[in-house]
Parts: sequence; C-alpha cells; structure tokens
Amino acid sequence: MSLQIEESLTTQGDVIQNYTINFGPQHPAAHGVLRMIMELDGEVIERVDPHVGLLHRGTEKLIESKTYLQALPYFDRLDYCSPLCQEHSYVLAIEKLLNIEVPDRAQYLRVLFAELTRICNHMLNIGAHVMDVGAMTPNLWVFELREDCLNFFERASGARMHSAWFRPGGVHQDVPEKLLVDIGDWLDNRFFQLFDDAMSLVVDNRIFKQRNVDIAVVGRDDAIAWGFSGPMIRAAGIPWDLRKSQPYDVYDRMEFDIPVGTNSDCYDRFMVRLGEVRESAKIIKQCIRDMPQGPIASTDGKVSPPKRGEMKQSMESLIHHFKLYTEGFHVPEGEVYVATESPKGEFGVYLVSDGSNKPYRCKIRPTAFSHLQAMDMMSKGHMLPDATAILGAIDVVFGECDR
Amino acid sequence: MSAAVHSAPKCASNDGVIETLSEAISAWLNHAEEKHGEIIFTVKREAIADVLRTLRDDHEYQQMMEIAGADYPDRAERFEVVYMLLSLTKNHRVMVKCSTDEQTPVPTITTLWPNAGWLEREVFDMYGVVFDGNPDLRRILTDYGFEGHPFRKDFPMTGYTELRYSEEEKRVVYEPVELPQDMRTFDFLSPWEGADYVLPGDEKADEKPKEKKGDDK
Repeated sequence: MSLQIEESLTTQGDVIQNYTINFGPQHPAAHGVLRMIMELDGEVIERVDPHVGLLHRGTEKLIESKTYLQALPYFDRLDYCSPLCQEHSYVLAIEKLLNIEVPDRAQYLRVLFAELTRICNHMLNIGAHVMDVGAMTPNLWVFELREDCLNFFERASGARMHSAWFRPGGVHQDVPEKLLVDIGDWLDNRFFQLFDDAMSLVVDNRIFKQRNVDIAVVGRDDAIAWGFSGPMIRAAGIPWDLRKSQPYDVYDRMEFDIPVGTNSDCYDRFMVRLGEVRESAKIIKQCIRDMPQGPIASTDGKVSPPKRGEMKQSMESLIHHFKLYTEGFHVPEGEVYVATESPKGEFGVYLVSDGSNKPYRCKIRPTAFSHLQAMDMMSKGHMLPDATAILGAIDVVFGECDR
Repeated sequence: MSAAVHSAPKCASNDGVIETLSEAISAWLNHAEEKHGEIIFTVKREAIADVLRTLRDDHEYQQMMEIAGADYPDRAERFEVVYMLLSLTKNHRVMVKCSTDEQTPVPTITTLWPNAGWLEREVFDMYGVVFDGNPDLRRILTDYGFEGHPFRKDFPMTGYTELRYSEEEKRVVYEPVELPQDMRTFDFLSPWEGADYVLPGDEKADEKPKEKKGDDK
C-alpha cells in the first residue's frame, strides 16, 4: 500500500490531515483484483472509491458471437466459486424463451448440484472471511470439504470447476447411482463432523466477534434501496429467497427454511451463510431421496442432442446431432430476465433473442455489483482493518463482478 | 401463447398487472406488452424517472435490480435502456424500457435508487448512453484511458488496441491490434431456413433464363 499525503500543514506543527491510500489491486484480502481508493482520517475510513473492471473480459460481447450452447461455458468462468449456479440462470432463460419441458430427473439433478455448489461456495467464503480477520486453521479445514465437493463435480461432469454440465433442456450426462449414494454418505458421515468442528473454533470466538459484530450495519430500508440480495438482504432480517418466493426447477417440492439475521452486521451475514449450508444439506438429502428415474434431458431432438448410441444407429439422430453442434438451435424472438438464487444473491440473465441461433444480447446481472457499490456507505466511519471484514462478508468474486 | 411448461422461476401471476400499471403510468406510456411471461413497458425517455417513481412509491416495486443497455443500430434511436424492477411484497417483476441515441441524455434515477449509480456508469461505459444528472458518470469496467464503447454492435470484437510488456521500455505498452489470422466467424445458418443471402454459385438462380437465339431455326 502506498501512502500519499494530500495536504500537509507546513506552517505549524506536523499535523497530517486526511490521506489517501491505495488498497489493492493485488491484495490478498481483496478476494481478487479490486482497487480501492480510501480516504482515511487517521485509521478511520472517510470515503471509499472501489475501482472495478480489472478482470473485465467482455463476456457479454463474446456471447453475442457464439451459439447458445457455445456461450454456456462462459458462465462457469464468471463466478468461478459457484459455476453451476451461474449456468442455472442461463439455461433457465433459454428454456423460458423456448418454453420446453425439462424431465423430472434433470430438474432434481440440477437442484442437487446447485445446492452442492452452494455448499462449495460457502466453504470458500466462510474460510476466506475467517482468514481475513486473522484465523488460519478453519480455512484449511473447510477447504478439505470444498475439495470433496469438487471431486463430486468431477465425477458428474468430468471437470472439477468449469463443469458446463447444465444444458438447455436438462443436464449433459446422467450421474452414476454410486455418486448419489456417496454424496449422501458424505453428508451423513463426514461433512458435519468436520464443518461443526471448524465452526466451533469461530462462532463464539471472542476475537472473531470483536472483528465482526456491529461492523457495517445496514438497515432494512437501505438494504432494499441498494438492491441487496442473497445473504446480504437476509442478514438484514428480510426473509427473501428466490428459491422460496419464485421457485424454479423442483425447489417448490423441497422443504427448507430461510435463515435470517437480526442485526445486519458482518457477523450476521456470516451466520446466515452457516445456516444456509445446513439447509442446503437438507435439500440435497431430499433430492437424493426423491430422485426419480428417467431421461436427463429434454426429449425434444431439436434442442438436446441424442445419445451417443442412438446417433450411431438412427439417421434422424445423426442429423440432429450434426445440426445441433454446427448450427445450434434457434430460439424464438423475445426477451426475458431470469434470476436465480446463486450462493451470493440474485444472479440474473437478461437474454434478448432475435430468432437466430445466437443471443442478440445477453446482459448478466452480477450479485457483487450492487453489494460492492454500497462499500462506501458500509465502511464509512469504520477502521481500516474492518474493510477486509466487510469485503469478506460481502462475498465478492471478481470474475462475476467484472464479467 | 401456449401454456408455460418450462421450469424457470415462477413469481406471482401476471393477471391484471398490465392493465393496472398501464393506467397508472398512462401519461408516459408508449407501449405495453406481455411476452414469454415477461411484462415490458416502453415509456417516454424524459419521463423515465417519473414512471419508476410511480411504480416504486404507489405500486410496491421496491427494488431496482438491474439496468441493461442494448444496441439496435437499425433504429432511429438505436439504444435501449432496460430497468428491471422487483417487488418484494407482491413477489413480482416488471421491465421498463426507454430508447435513446448517441447524443440524447436519459434522466438519471440515482435520485430514486442509490445503486443506479454504477449501473448507469456501466451502460455509459459500454454503449455511450449519457445519463443526465448522474453525479459520477465515469467509465467503470474498461481500462483507464479507454476510448470507444465496446458493446456497440459496430465495435469489433477484437477491439482496436492490444497491450504487452515491452522488455526494452520495461513497461506495458499499448499497440494497435495485429491479428495473425482473421477472426473466425462461421456462418452456420442453414440455406433452407435462416440464410437470406445469395449462396456462392447460386447467383443466377433468381434471374430469368435467357431465351436462346438458336431456337427459332
């Protein structure tokens, strides 16, 4: 960090007035490439001006030149901590324009893996947040669990992080029964032992509480006005969860609670995430219990590709396969805005189709954009070290924020 | 339109919403439609703040989740600015949009929602749409000193400048883009369905066949 004295009183004494420091762009507590120009009075933050966009890759522009299916993997690379949840919004947007039915098994699989992604994401965030305020051990422990999640993704899709497994019309491939059994076993016999152990070091820890309680309190009205979503709005005591209020896929068949906070500070945000992990585990178990047999992708040959075996036998399947992987499918003209509950909040996709095989415009609504914008409002009057706690509680990932 | 069979998010019913809201904002309304289950109001540009204030204060659309820009170069007013509103109490979403061109500013809505600040900056950065009254209309996502508006349809996907670290100058230098090979733009549109251009070798297909002179003999 560089210090720069804006104004020094050379006449009398050695009083230093407000000074500006440069936080980032490469700072371990910035969770990526974030540059913040901070105006400090002593150690108290007066003003923060976050500079985002250092990871801007022009994803939305690139998507405009790809077919609908080719654009899908870009979504993994937005929020690279919760790839499948980003895909979820995108495939649902396409399905809404096409108005196609997704088989039950595919919907269950998507919900199951979206929740596994939520656990995976929260493991990273909880660990990072704890480490930002000084504790090392819990992060290493929950990373073990994150590793397990990534192994499950690998067994389902072949890729640990960038799965590209949700497809318009369903999912790419079916999962082996053994995988579902193993996920259930993992939840029953491993996950909670390790997770509870790690969290027991943190939740009642005096230092952790001193660093988080009453930091960055955002009132209900402010949380609504600033466009908060996800754990940030729930910590403010508003039980708003898109999985509950605007259910997609089979979330309406799931039984789960929405953890809410009371105080709307960094500690509440942390505790809301902790509660969400438990609820996610509940949903995963229900998915495994109720998972029906059947097709895993839409039976409409114009949208989802045929099975490999069929392709070798039937001429029609071969033609469908060829057409889907060259031209791709055409999507009816129109525009939709589809938002799902990603682990970080409302992740939306505004998709405009002109009737061709490529999106005309695909605007991605990142969750971090609204939250980070409130950074100035939230950190005013707090100390410099609190900025890292606030950032950790926002749960920013710059792949998504900068797109 | 046929009944919805997709599994996208289901919010409260759209029944009657379009009529009620159209009446409330009728003075500024150009067009209202419901398509693919989305309610979209196209309103007069000058009145965008009034419309959104009415929807927020009288019709419980408390949150403004997103502002999206879009570019339609064929239209007289080529840019569209789309506002996504969400009602937490009614559990409902609507879209409100207005159009503008390169010069005409759109009134800011930072006075209504503080989070509009960055979202308007983004639309300005990407499309060059000016927002009148936004106190901090800087670029946001592109590089310091960037020129042009990259999401316009006439902006090439490769951009105009590239940068690299120069060993001689010991710093990052900006240079015009040099492509070792052309951008690969494949055209997969099927000649039976989508394509509306003349296929190579088919140039004479629509011409009338010339009468041969030798036929009279």
